[in-house]
Amino acid sequence: MTAYLLKRLAIGILTLLFASVVVFAVLEVVPGDPARLMLGMNATEDAVQALREQMGLNLPLVTRYVTWLAAFATGDFGRSLTYSVPVIDLVAERLVVSLPLALLALALSTVIAIPAGLFAAARRGRFADTATMGLAQVGVAIPNFWLALLLVYVFAVWLRLVPAGGFPGWGNGFWAGIKALLMPAVALALPQAAILARVTRSALIEVLGEDYIRTARAKGLPRRRVLWRHALRNALIPVLTIMGLQFAFLLAGTIIIENVFYLPGLGRLLFQAITQRDLIVVESVIMLLVAAVIVVNVLVDLSYAAVDPRLRTRR
Amino acid sequence: MAQTLLHIENLSLAIGKADILSHVDMRIDRGEVLGLVGESGSGKSMTALAIMQLLPHAAHASGRILFDGADLLTRTEDQMCALRGDDIGMVFQEPMTALNPVKTIGEQVAEGIRWHTRCSRAEAEERTRAILDRVGLPQSRFPLSRFPHELSGGQRQRVVIAIACALKPRLLIADEPTTALDVVLQAQILDLLRDLVEENRMGLLLISHDLAVVADMADRLVVMRHGKVMEQGETASTLKRQEHPYTRQLAEASMHVPAARQAAPARPRTDDAGGNASPETPPLLAVDKVVRDYAGRRTSLFSRPAPFRAVDDVSFSMEPGHSVALVGRSGCGKSTLARMILALDQPTGGAIRLAGQDLSHLEGEALRPFRRRMQVVFQDPYGSFNPRHKVERLVAEPLHLLDSQPSRSERRERVAEALAEVHMPPDSMDRYPHEFSGGQRQRISIARAVITRPDLIVADEPVSALDVSIRAQILDLFAELNGKLRLAYLFITHDLTVARAITDEVMVMHEGRIVERGSTADVLSAPRHEATRALVDAAPDLERAIARRLSRA
Repeated sequence: MTAYLLKRLAIGILTLLFASVVVFAVLEVVPGDPARLMLGMNATEDAVQALREQMGLNLPLVTRYVTWLAAFATGDFGRSLTYSVPVIDLVAERLVVSLPLALLALALSTVIAIPAGLFAAARRGRFADTATMGLAQVGVAIPNFWLALLLVYVFAVWLRLVPAGGFPGWGNGFWAGIKALLMPAVALALPQAAILARVTRSALIEVLGEDYIRTARAKGLPRRRVLWRHALRNALIPVLTIMGLQFAFLLAGTIIIENVFYLPGLGRLLFQAITQRDLIVVESVIMLLVAAVIVVNVLVDLSYAAVDPRLRTRR
Repeated sequence: MAQTLLHIENLSLAIGKADILSHVDMRIDRGEVLGLVGESGSGKSMTALAIMQLLPHAAHASGRILFDGADLLTRTEDQMCALRGDDIGMVFQEPMTALNPVKTIGEQVAEGIRWHTRCSRAEAEERTRAILDRVGLPQSRFPLSRFPHELSGGQRQRVVIAIACALKPRLLIADEPTTALDVVLQAQILDLLRDLVEENRMGLLLISHDLAVVADMADRLVVMRHGKVMEQGETASTLKRQEHPYTRQLAEASMHVPAARQAAPARPRTDDAGGNASPETPPLLAVDKVVRDYAGRRTSLFSRPAPFRAVDDVSFSMEPGHSVALVGRSGCGKSTLARMILALDQPTGGAIRLAGQDLSHLEGEALRPFRRRMQVVFQDPYGSFNPRHKVERLVAEPLHLLDSQPSRSERRERVAEALAEVHMPPDSMDRYPHEFSGGQRQRISIARAVITRPDLIVADEPVSALDVSIRAQILDLFAELNGKLRLAYLFITHDLTVARAITDEVMVMHEGRIVERGSTADVLSAPRHEATRALVDAAPDLERAIARRLSRA
């Protein structure tokens, strides 16, 4: 078990290192000199050169990569070129919006998808199954920003239940914050839930054909109990895999959704940083997102072992 | 008829438009063992599932299934749930998949006990311990916290039996409970079932395709075919008289010895060292001091795992046209050895020579000329074909091993020839594997094996997935091809009747070593090694079973 854990962790760290090389390289080749950008178009060549020297932009590529990585590893993300504050402060300020949003969306999609999958699988081939899966099909097809606009129209403009956008900050009370995040979370979660429900259903249906399900039925357990007690846990591995993969899409989704709802989150920060060529912020945010995806996937790998005892003894 | 436990009257069953059972009648008394025999597709398992009311969705049953006087077909699902696992227990064929892999054996046994008796967790655990102990899984070696994958097939089947018998059901249904196990385990599991049934005066419905197994266990016998009952009656007399032609056919098929073999002259024996009989012409296959180690399970992060020796210093040789059986219990290393002979795996030590050439360290392209000289037939005729390819492509597959590739018409011709060899019509070439029965598929896989005109065929349990009558036909075919194409066979099997039917020589493998070898007749009639004796004693034998029944009566 320890060996499995260490191996997963090592693979995660290697992936992160590889991603850092890619992020660094991509931002190296995109046009735009950070020093020139900071000083403006009217600055003299000498001044730009001096700043380049000061920022270490003239050092060899490898040296710069290593320095950047070392700083990054110790939590020093550098200073933003446009905001002129430490990137870490910017990120921290935005994370308190984006992290709750992502977690809320993940929780919502799980809470919707797994019962829907169970419901459909238990009624396989009947009307309830077809209807649920039809609905899921629609959910898969709807882009989340369009769903977001629809939600704004219905719940904010028409019913006036929630604010149409913006974020009051956690300082104004927990519920005010949740209320502001609820609609964006739903917009993010529904398309994800639709995919997850389909995966849950097909994984369950496959498991329901297994011999041990028949053994459980032969014990006298009713169908429902067999579904929950025996089928669900065995169907969980593909479901967890998809959840891990979806997390990356969830993060990508926040970039769009945060813009639709004017949420001061990481996604919006990233979007603004790209348009303003604030490369230091872009680098840091992308690395953070990559790290988050990798951490989630390591957690998924570990949860496999929690679900399936056969993986615990394997080397 | 106060003794009657289960009475099936005029049971018919249809799934969609297909009739599965028609007008089936049978009866089981308290404490009685009823054997239900028939080939695959005869409706045996469906009869069992009908009693359990665990039929597929589209199934429609009519007639009556009286259990203790009440008709099960009219019971509601809730009422059936109360009966299942409490009054009626069931044991299934495939122990490897019958247990939930993510739950401990303790949980799985205790679950049914708690559900039916509503007893406390502690009490259920107590009863679980007792029943697991009873089926031969004592606490000291098999704690309740074990997971199914930590147990062998035989041990898992004991767990399944514990689940079925935990609440001392009045009726136990065992559907091919030993078919997936080797003969020694089969004998142990059958003994266990017999004892449990006697202890608790259960009725037992024992379903099997193997007449010998049923003859030994059952008081009475029901023979089914195509969803109908052909014959039923008291076991010994039914089998002794063999009045019904189908019963006779089944009995004959299960004792079948191919005619071509009976006349075969004794072949020269090979020497025991595995070296060459004559230095000038090397033997077709020489296995010389072969060893195969696998990495063992790591016990801690830092210690090197002790290797597990699957094949241990094995030497033998085979001459052209020679037919050798490699027998042994499951896990004895026989399949590992076969994989190495086929150059699908490399030995850790020793050499494997085909016609004098050492194959053990060749790889890829260098093996091609040798691969063409040896082919393989697998156990499962369903799993060994790509379902999306037509038979022509499947049978022609090994032709890529030839040095010059045949043209399309040549290829079709060769495929037709190979199909003719196995008595399949040439037009089968344009069909897909799912259009054929298990026996036909096994013929096709033999056609695939002979198309390159090999010298050696390694057959891994080639008939154990087949019904007795089909098995007899396939054994005939093997015998015929042996004479006609001068094929040498290495038959890997745990079934001694197969070895007896078509091999000249038998080698008994036990814990990675070959412990006994000699002419098939000698070894099987007078086994010397303990492992051989265990196999011979455990092998079900129809004649012996009938004789035993008659003497008891």
